Amino acid sequence: MILIFGLFLLSLLVITAVAIVRTKDLFVAVMLTSIFSLLMAANFFILDAADVALTEAAVGAGVTTVIFLCALALTGDREKPREGGRGLALGTVGVLALLIIYATFDKPRLGDPDAPVHQHIAPWYIEKTTEYMDFPNVVTAILSSFRGYDTLGEVFVVFAACIGVLFILGVSPPRKLLRVKDSSNGLRHHLIPQVVGRLLIPFIVLFGLYTQFHGEYGPGGGFQAGAIIATGVILYALLEGEDNALRAIPRGVLLGMVVGGALLFGGVGIVCMLMGGAFLDYSVLAADPVWGQQLGILIIEAGVGMAVCGALLAIFHAFAARERMS
Amino acid sequence: MKLLELLGYFNYWVFAVILTVGLYAVISKTNLIKKLIGLSIFQSAVFLMYITMDKVEGGTAPIIQAGVEDQIFSNPLPQVLILTAIVVGVSTLSLGLAMVVRISECYGTIEENEILDAD
Repeated sequence: MILIFGLFLLSLLVITAVAIVRTKDLFVAVMLTSIFSLLMAANFFILDAADVALTEAAVGAGVTTVIFLCALALTGDREKPREGGRGLALGTVGVLALLIIYATFDKPRLGDPDAPVHQHIAPWYIEKTTEYMDFPNVVTAILSSFRGYDTLGEVFVVFAACIGVLFILGVSPPRKLLRVKDSSNGLRHHLIPQVVGRLLIPFIVLFGLYTQFHGEYGPGGGFQAGAIIATGVILYALLEGEDNALRAIPRGVLLGMVVGGALLFGGVGIVCMLMGGAFLDYSVLAADPVWGQQLGILIIEAGVGMAVCGALLAIFHAFAARERMS
Repeated sequence: MKLLELLGYFNYWVFAVILTVGLYAVISKTNLIKKLIGLSIFQSAVFLMYITMDKVEGGTAPIIQAGVEDQIFSNPLPQVLILTAIVVGVSTLSLGLAMVVRISECYGTIEENEILDAD
């Protein structure tokens, strides 16, 4: 049964991908991208990746779509048809697809327990999580402790990308342009989005906080929580107007969250070194190594959540401010 | 049984098709936003391949339940890699979109051939 459902979802995924590329209307393409992400999240869930499904649903279907729409508002949503030159591209990707499909016959089939990927270090992670951290979610354990270096690097990439967007689009619009257009009331005149939004936003943020603090026990963690809370605040900005959202969480606070989150993560690593351990070795943080691990993971997950939430919101506001200027 | 064995590769075939569909958009479309959409489809295909590799037959999500013996877990490592890659993906995508917005402001178009003509 689950196999048939998986086949169905994967086929839909292919159809959606082809439709995205074929359509000339970029607005339609972006909406289809959102559906594509939801289907992808469902697929991840079937493949036992609950944490990844949560992230893909919040980021792919939520934040990415809004940022794409902001960019479309600035650039126009029609794609011009082009003449000729398609045959070569189609031929190249066709050959490439056949080559990859031919290569997959050498891969272990889906769910093969003897596949090389399951023989290496993953069983050790699963075995040692209870001993070192004493909480159930192995994904969180690997993410924040066993492979903490990776995660620190990823947080700094998010940080750098956010800084890059702010440099390109400008942190805040120049003063003389500020009062040009004051019509950003969002969807205030529309009753149904207003009512539904008011009902949903508190629960979205609450669910984000739950994912943040329950990440050690169930699917969740800083990355998901940051994205979910950012979606809630973006929904608020779309409904009530961007000004009100900025009044609730000012730009300075957002930038502080991005910088503070990244620094908090790195700072915990340095504190570990000062207390006699290796960089990001949380065991030394408390008298009991297990408690130390749990404390360290709690703090760095908070840092990750802050950095991701702040970065996504700062990027959204940068695009939205640009839109009002033009 | 033969059919089921073949279906075990279906995920990888979908990966191949989605990957090349995304690549087609990147190399063949002239609209810069369409290229970025293609790039994110390409990226999603890679995510799908990684997550496909993590599945173990009869396994469950890698969250240990106390008091249950002999559980089989899917591989948590690819999940961790992809989880962070998704969030990094959206931030790099928005960096790309920011550049497209600036290009559109400078050139008045986001069609690649028109930009090349303007230069």
